[in-house]
Amino acid sequence: MSEAQTQIPVTVLTGYLGSGKTTLLNRILSENHGKRYAVIVNEFGEIGIDNDLIVESDEEIYEMNNGCVCCTVRGDLIRVVEGLMRRPGRFDAIVVETTGLADPVPVAQTFFMDDDVRSKTKLDAVVALVDAKHLPLRLKDSREAEDQIAFADVIVLNKTDLVTPEELRDVEATIRAINPAAAIHRTTRAGVPLDTVLDRGAFDLKRALENDPHFLEAHDHDHDHECGPDCDHDHHHHDHHHHHHGEASSIHDVTVQSVSLRGGEMDQKKFFPWIEKITQMEGPNILRLKGIIAIKDDPDRYVIQGVHMIVEGDHQRAWKDDEKHESRLVFIGRELDAERLKRSFDACQAA
Amino acid sequence: MPTVAPLDLEGHCIATIFLGGVPHFALADGVVHRLDHGHKWTELHDGLLSTAYDAARSRLVTGGEDGKVRAIGANDSVETLAEAGRKWITSVASGPQGAIAFATGKTATVRFADGKTRDFTHPRSVEGLAFAPKGMRFGVARYNGATLHFPATEGKPVDLEWAGAHTGITFSPDGNFLVTSMQENALHGWKLADGKHMRMTGYPLKVKSMSWSAKGKWLASSGAPAAIVWPFTGKDGPMGKAPLELGTRGNAAVTCVACHPSEDIVAIGYNDGMIIAARFADAKEVLLRRPGKGAITAMAWDNDEKRIAFGSEAGDCGVIDITG
Repeated sequence: MSEAQTQIPVTVLTGYLGSGKTTLLNRILSENHGKRYAVIVNEFGEIGIDNDLIVESDEEIYEMNNGCVCCTVRGDLIRVVEGLMRRPGRFDAIVVETTGLADPVPVAQTFFMDDDVRSKTKLDAVVALVDAKHLPLRLKDSREAEDQIAFADVIVLNKTDLVTPEELRDVEATIRAINPAAAIHRTTRAGVPLDTVLDRGAFDLKRALENDPHFLEAHDHDHDHECGPDCDHDHHHHDHHHHHHGEASSIHDVTVQSVSLRGGEMDQKKFFPWIEKITQMEGPNILRLKGIIAIKDDPDRYVIQGVHMIVEGDHQRAWKDDEKHESRLVFIGRELDAERLKRSFDACQAA
Repeated sequence: MPTVAPLDLEGHCIATIFLGGVPHFALADGVVHRLDHGHKWTELHDGLLSTAYDAARSRLVTGGEDGKVRAIGANDSVETLAEAGRKWITSVASGPQGAIAFATGKTATVRFADGKTRDFTHPRSVEGLAFAPKGMRFGVARYNGATLHFPATEGKPVDLEWAGAHTGITFSPDGNFLVTSMQENALHGWKLADGKHMRMTGYPLKVKSMSWSAKGKWLASSGAPAAIVWPFTGKDGPMGKAPLELGTRGNAAVTCVACHPSEDIVAIGYNDGMIIAARFADAKEVLLRRPGKGAITAMAWDNDEKRIAFGSEAGDCGVIDITG
């Protein structure tokens, strides 16, 4: 039995109260997709969740005793996942619903840092629900709203019917400013096609960037609605207007920034020590990093991703004949020195 | 030669125990199987999470996903000790005078033999529970240390601090030491008389199984390619002393340990299902069971010191007769 076959996928839903998390969760549980879910919630809420297997757990962040403040895990998740995995025949996947104020980082790190959890489950994607109407206010209130967006792989921009097209454009520009790497889906009543939030493989190095073929490619590409030919969902907002980088967001409470780097082929003797050093030194400030690296004399694309100090990389697939051997890397975090990152990244390029 | 009577079950075995001389096997689905003139079983829970053996009353106390705390004794006698609604019972412990304790979230509840209960709520989750061998005192493993409570009196709790998440907990049989297993690959101990710390580190894996030797002179533990056995012979426990490493295998990890009821011998179960016995004095080993389908998760000796009931995460359980 290979590990990949037995690892249960885990989807993490983040988002503020009222953002539509419970609506989306109930859709995941009730739609006819033939999959059974175990759901881990913080509280059995007022609004019922209709599922056989719901576990309540108190969100509990544990710092690992290794002197690293960003090495945090969710102790309750370790316990609950361990318990669930002793009876694995009951479900095909796990959904973790977090509270509005939850920090998504320890949730994600649990799936990398705990050996038992890691051997039996795999993090599929972190999905953030965002209320288009109230996001500006949330960003003023709290750092968590921003963290949730910064950390997400998929952002469901919900309740778009409650804002004007201008407001929607501003909100989306703000989200893009915080997280240029996530897929954004505009919806009303959390009506996003479920295949855009489930089974994404966002942390799977072989798949991570396949889901997003335009990763850091074109600055004016709109990521919304990447539907296949057989897509039959309702395109409420099919106006593919482009978001505009360089146009300042009208919402000024953003402390997370992203640094997108592009370069040619890298010298592996320089690149790997560099990424190691950056993540060791800047780890606490780095929420996510993702990249495709072209390594000189290597026929394969190398993909890399990280959470704080945890960084993973692997050969993904061979470069296609018509593909430009180009390295692309994005850091999302706080207090990042963009100039220095760019300079030191450029210095890793092969001569 | 030792012989093995297999019992092939479906599911993860949480605990094994002899009750009235009959081997019992408690599985994660909540069914307790037994070999009593044939294979019989009783469903105790919809999902079993935690167990504790109550030697004084010869019963296994169980906590379930169904929020119930129950106990099963010899002759299939089952009683319900407590119900906590929809919360998981993540840990149970048995104490003196028929008292038991169980954990739900941040609360540890003691239930006395007369059915009265008392709650002890903590700022963080109660991870592990254990009663001290003497007196009405119990310990809670928690984030950043352990807390001792005196449920029969109004005595103030005693906090023992050590940074990190403490998940399992056990008192030495003489009551002089408290040892916790941690989220990181380590044990931590306190000498209760003076609160002196004992750091027991160097494990490549998390420690999930601990067992005190007959006279409490040694603490055996899993979490390494060998059983790591710490000496508690001196007044300061294992401080400054190296542990014994018994049953070292290059390609396997110890997942379960169970000390012999009277002699300095430990049964060692591995992640490939193999079980051996090793003697402390000369590290001599005897093979008890060849590798099976899954990691050994439970072992218990019988009172006659002749049999070991074992279980694995894959459900291939059985009874070893060491006299052959």
